[in-house]
Amino acid sequence: MTDWLAEAPWMLLAIALPLLGALLAFLRPHRAAMIGLIGAFMSAGAALAVLLQVVFGGPRQYEVGGWGAPLGINLWADGLSAMMLAMTAVVGTAVSIYARVYLADSPNKVRRFWPLWLFTWAALNALFQAADVFNLYVTLELLGLSAVALVALTGTGPALWGAMRYLLVSLLGSLAYLVGVVLLYHLHGTLDLTLLGERADGGLALAIPLGAMIAGLLLKIGLFPFHVWLPPAHGSARAPVSAVLSGLVVKGAFYLLLRLWFTFSPEGEGLPILLGSLGAFAVFWGSIQALRQERLKLLVAYSTVAQLGYLFIAFPLAGMDPALAWGGSIYLAVSHALAKGAMFLAAGSIMMQGGHDEIAELDRVVDRMPLSLAAFALAGISLAGLPPSGGFVGKWMLLQSAMAQGLWPWALVMIVGGVLTASYVFRVLGFAFTRSPHAHESHNVPHTMEWTALLLALGAVLLGFVAPWALPLLDGVLP
Amino acid sequence: MNGLTVFALTGVGLLVIGLWALVLRAHLIRKVLALNVMGSGVFLVLVGAGAAPDPVPQAMVITGIVVTVSATALALALVLRIDTATGKPTLPEDRERDLMDEHWQ
Amino acid sequence: MQTERDPCEPGVVLRGMLAVLLACVACGLCWLLWSAPLAPGLGDAVRAASAQSGIANPVTAVLLDFRGYDTLLEIAVMTSTLVGVWALGPAPKLHERPPSPVLLGLDSALIPFAAVICGYLLWVGATRAGGAFQAGSVLAATGVLFILSGRRPRLGLPDAPMRWGVVLGLATFLVVALAVMGDGRQFLEYPPGSTKTLILVIEAAATVSIAVILAGLFIGGRPDREP
Repeated sequence: MTDWLAEAPWMLLAIALPLLGALLAFLRPHRAAMIGLIGAFMSAGAALAVLLQVVFGGPRQYEVGGWGAPLGINLWADGLSAMMLAMTAVVGTAVSIYARVYLADSPNKVRRFWPLWLFTWAALNALFQAADVFNLYVTLELLGLSAVALVALTGTGPALWGAMRYLLVSLLGSLAYLVGVVLLYHLHGTLDLTLLGERADGGLALAIPLGAMIAGLLLKIGLFPFHVWLPPAHGSARAPVSAVLSGLVVKGAFYLLLRLWFTFSPEGEGLPILLGSLGAFAVFWGSIQALRQERLKLLVAYSTVAQLGYLFIAFPLAGMDPALAWGGSIYLAVSHALAKGAMFLAAGSIMMQGGHDEIAELDRVVDRMPLSLAAFALAGISLAGLPPSGGFVGKWMLLQSAMAQGLWPWALVMIVGGVLTASYVFRVLGFAFTRSPHAHESHNVPHTMEWTALLLALGAVLLGFVAPWALPLLDGVLP
Repeated sequence: MNGLTVFALTGVGLLVIGLWALVLRAHLIRKVLALNVMGSGVFLVLVGAGAAPDPVPQAMVITGIVVTVSATALALALVLRIDTATGKPTLPEDRERDLMDEHWQ
Repeated sequence: MQTERDPCEPGVVLRGMLAVLLACVACGLCWLLWSAPLAPGLGDAVRAASAQSGIANPVTAVLLDFRGYDTLLEIAVMTSTLVGVWALGPAPKLHERPPSPVLLGLDSALIPFAAVICGYLLWVGATRAGGAFQAGSVLAATGVLFILSGRRPRLGLPDAPMRWGVVLGLATFLVVALAVMGDGRQFLEYPPGSTKTLILVIEAAATVSIAVILAGLFIGGRPDREP
């Protein structure tokens, strides 16, 4: 049994299976949902198998084509990659089950959604395991283009605008990243990340290419002030698509940023402080905007803008105890994926029930959809960083890091941010408990949808408990 | 070995020109064209910066061109749909003005 | 469009800031390329390994052997883009204008030529400049000519829907890449001796797909017959 587990090329299958699933779902449009769901389960299974391989066998390298770097392309799966793959598997499975039911009424959307979603998943799995900078460019493009098409699937004017803006920003980001790749190749003669990490010395010859790549990735992550595209795109997409975008797609670019940071270990105080400051601005700006929103999906989208800011606070804190700061940031990213995914799925259920997503008009949702509201509340607990959730663990680690170094301004940012997060979550909950002045239609929402959102939210809370086992995965990854 | 060949210099120039137009032009097709120009600039730097002909950058450029063509196709299809659905091929905040003031030219 | 602008308008400030930013970017890139020593690059490694791979043309060797995984993902990008464009809606109707006789005459001359050129480019890719992308583009151009002149190709093939052509390239690539993993080989590691054949198979399928996808992207939406 262990032989079979250890020998099989799960790393490759995690990429090949969703690609094959996408092709099959496209080829057989009338069976797209069934094929899509099976493909999703298989992709999740392969990703979890990679996690097990890394847990029991340590980091793995795979030489595609048998050539090996620098001539060929290598894949690399360590604790960080495995964690990201597992995060994608969990959120992806939940979204797939939800989408199967959510889209059941629109056969047109069904046959378009599944191939695009599986292409997105394949891109994510390929991104998390890539160890070659140009290969990463191609995976970034696959990810971006599929995600844009998923946003445009909604078909309305705002969705098309959101998709167009997202596409323009995404392409600009990819080009900036490619400039960095070009410079690195000409300066060091290789495209392999490990070799580049060894050959790059520092100084401006590293700062300029790395700066270009980071700028491109910041655009794709949606960090303040490059966040303008995010609320329209995530807010106007269909609920399962929004969950994928906020939960997974932006984490792909963030993972790449971390990977580059860990590989090249740039010195200097300026850039980390700049990134941390932008993160702080994102926390405040995103939370305040979320408080002002009248539509539920846009509130959740602005919440993503704010939460992404937290991830960057680790940069200025990584001086003294890097494992603590980075571990907190990564754990926060994973918890956010589950929590935000749950929040968007719950919002989708609530919208389907009432036919609208005006927050002020939420009509006693607590009576009609207690499960969805519970999911929303639990997700909110993780986002606000309240114990015992995964979000709490991540925030606690960052706070510890800040206090231990006496950098209390960052700690203040996180505490204030937590208060603001709790405010906008409770605002929604408050309206959900009250009766609305206007009458609204009432639709039936399938229980599967409510349960997937709730289970995903419970997962975010559960992450708080499994932290002692999950965090050691990152040993050896962090500088 | 000096990397700043004529090709590389031209590539940087295209990159800069494209970025200028991408930010300041409101018409979506102009933005897509600007991205294409930027892409061409990057490819020119990639292939043209070295002295000896190197097959790996050439292969990278082939891949890059294919990816750029696909992205452009998706962008243009979106522009078409936006124009049909909303009447104008611009994004909402750019509607009121084209930031490149026509009467300055 | 004439508008009154006063100097404090965001337009001027934005343009100024952008100009400064672009100047910095240009100077930084130029300075780096000017001053930093360039590394020798992978050309020598490719030439050394080319003998082992059996492909004389170094670019094709890189594209389909050494870095074949990149090419696989790139074909996935093309395929997924076509799926995305089809998802946007039905194909927009072109202006219903009768095609000019010049176009029709040119068709009769160019299209048979193009088919031959496509086959040649595909075949010669192993030794000289050429390959799947070049051949596929020529074939796609043929498709575009057909669309513009309002004709339909009479190929005598079974009436398979377009989506088979779209899927063929990526599917073949994946199947070959997985199938060679028999004797402890890695993904996409061709057995020694059959490299040329397998690459030709992959490229042939890719040519068809690239042509269909590019022509399909030109159409800009879902064709009538596709669900």
